[in-house]
Amino acid sequence: MGFSEATREKALEIIARYPADRSRSALLPLLHLVQSEEGHVSPAGVQFCAELLGITKAQVGAVATFYTMYKRRPTGDWLVSVCTNTMCNVLGGQEIYDRLSEHLGVGHDETTADGSITFEHAECLAACDYGPVMTVNYEFFDQVDPDTAVHVVDQLRAGQRPQPTRGARLCTLKEMSLQLAGYAEPREEAVGDGPAGAPTLRGARLAQDHGISVSGFDPDTPIKSSRGDGAPAAQAAGVAANKPASDLKPAGDMAKQQEQALKEAKK
Amino acid sequence: MTGPRRETLEKLTPVLTKRWLSPEAWRIGVYEQLDGYAALRKALAAHPDDLIQLIKDSGLRGRGGAGFPTGLKWGFIPQNDGKPHYLVVNADEGEPGTCKDLPLMTHDPHSLVEGVIIASYAIRANRAFIYIRGEAVHAARRLRNAVREAYAKGYLGTNILGSGHDLDLVVHSGAGAYICGEETALLDSLEGFRGQPRLRPPFPATHGLYASPTVVNNVGTIASVPYIVLGGADWWKSMGTEKSSGPMIYSLSGRIANPGQYECSLGVTLRELIELAGGMLPGHNLRFWTPGGSSTPLLTAEHLDVPLDFEGVAGAGSILGTTATQIFSDQDCPVYATYKWLEFYYHESCGKCTPCREGNYWMVGIYRRILSGAGTHQDLDTLLDTCDNILGRAFCGLGDGATSPVTSSMKYFKQDYLDYIEGRKAPRLSAKQLVGAH
Repeated sequence: MGFSEATREKALEIIARYPADRSRSALLPLLHLVQSEEGHVSPAGVQFCAELLGITKAQVGAVATFYTMYKRRPTGDWLVSVCTNTMCNVLGGQEIYDRLSEHLGVGHDETTADGSITFEHAECLAACDYGPVMTVNYEFFDQVDPDTAVHVVDQLRAGQRPQPTRGARLCTLKEMSLQLAGYAEPREEAVGDGPAGAPTLRGARLAQDHGISVSGFDPDTPIKSSRGDGAPAAQAAGVAANKPASDLKPAGDMAKQQEQALKEAKK
Repeated sequence: MTGPRRETLEKLTPVLTKRWLSPEAWRIGVYEQLDGYAALRKALAAHPDDLIQLIKDSGLRGRGGAGFPTGLKWGFIPQNDGKPHYLVVNADEGEPGTCKDLPLMTHDPHSLVEGVIIASYAIRANRAFIYIRGEAVHAARRLRNAVREAYAKGYLGTNILGSGHDLDLVVHSGAGAYICGEETALLDSLEGFRGQPRLRPPFPATHGLYASPTVVNNVGTIASVPYIVLGGADWWKSMGTEKSSGPMIYSLSGRIANPGQYECSLGVTLRELIELAGGMLPGHNLRFWTPGGSSTPLLTAEHLDVPLDFEGVAGAGSILGTTATQIFSDQDCPVYATYKWLEFYYHESCGKCTPCREGNYWMVGIYRRILSGAGTHQDLDTLLDTCDNILGRAFCGLGDGATSPVTSSMKYFKQDYLDYIEGRKAPRLSAKQLVGAH
């Protein structure tokens, strides 16, 4: 299928965000853009990106297939993701996933027969303090259980738009893909949707309730000036930055404690 | 139960999280009323080198897990080299257990934007990128709105507040790959490639984005900068410990009464954090926990009084990481928990290096076998052998991280493994769950 003129114009806008000779940086947002029109990344979408960026279809395909948010088959309006990573899992995420899978009659990365819901299990969604969580088009439904999860998908299939616990009111996956391509939220005031959840505010509120604050804060504290003797440091910087890592590993990550754990496990 | 004691409450240090209590702080007008962009005005009046020195003096260390001194990293950027410099914010939060950056960007996005502008001025960068995890749509929505507002007010763009400094800031959404939280994989991804790590050295400080000098910092690191600029290095160091200064957002999840974000002085203990969080859930006793996400070796109830700063946690044989404390009880199985983490590493391995790609694949298979009741004693040796072949041989920290839960759970809970293998514990995985997990 051909892409609309509006999409083509947007693509050029996206490319313009990046340095002129670095247009390939636009590839991830362009793939989100393609998905906003087609609902998935089709061969035509791959070709569209390749032509715009002057790279091969193989190069685009290699990227598109690497990232899980680019879908390779047509999707429904609603992408339902259930976190089954460790924390959500032990708090009930696996039961939610199993129940929804049975209820919808589909497995991971599959779309319901009526074409409305694409279902998947997700790895950690960075909301462990709200677990178990599921998302619809990446908006959070917190502390769900199998029954509430089924209720949410039933509402979706009935054409309703249940309100996420946090975040904005739902939009379709295609509409969301346009935001992922870097476009502003078009719906009036949706940016302001969603109050902060209680877990997010817990520490701050506890401090407030008990009158705890950090003392000694003076916003007028002067910034020390060392003009004149600060220059040589900058010249040596490049050399210092590339000192080989202290251990044998090229990346030099902090494997010391991990090695200790391995050694002790072997005992 | 009774609330936390006063001395424990005083471990709370609401700095980065304080503005979250103002529901509209994400709007620029409200942010400005709450000290917003005051640090930027102050910073632009100072010499960039003095700002780098200020951050060095503050002792600020990276909040993304590795704890590298931030001022030192900024100081590595060669000056007068004729190359463009870049600041890239790593907002690809995804380490299991970690959930501190998303709320910050959602409820106080301008603090990150302000930090980006100050940091870019310090390292002389005219372009900055915030690489935000794709799934974090609401945080990205608020962040994009904040960037637009900042442009409209003249905080971004050309000649910022008459300083002569120019900065363009782009919020770039990822597309669902945990590996892009590794800084060099992030840079490859930002350049439009598969997110796979690069060989280091050269480090990003000289050959980063577009092979130019680049600072890659975590969200929490950059969002700390405006507070240090305002309050000064000494005030910042009044929190935390000598080598781990400042406040830190601890993300508590699991079997506790009140999970959530608790910003405390670095060096707080898990015992104190659990007290702040209202204690363990009724009927649950602490059994194991991660100090900083799943890539940090598990700790146990023996470690309740370990100071949770970079040195303290290292002394206990683990890593402070992202201060994501996932708390598990005697009703949770460390073997099953480790299996689910391994599924994660297997799924997220980028496939570039053999130890991580193959090692995690095989370890997942072994865990499935053990948990379905068909494990053998030899499986335990094979797991440790596999860890031995991943740790230190994987191309980046993802592979190393995968070994943490395996080796530490075997160190503390070998009996649990043996119970599955020797038939004292009922299989945890049914045949159904073994099929099509991915």
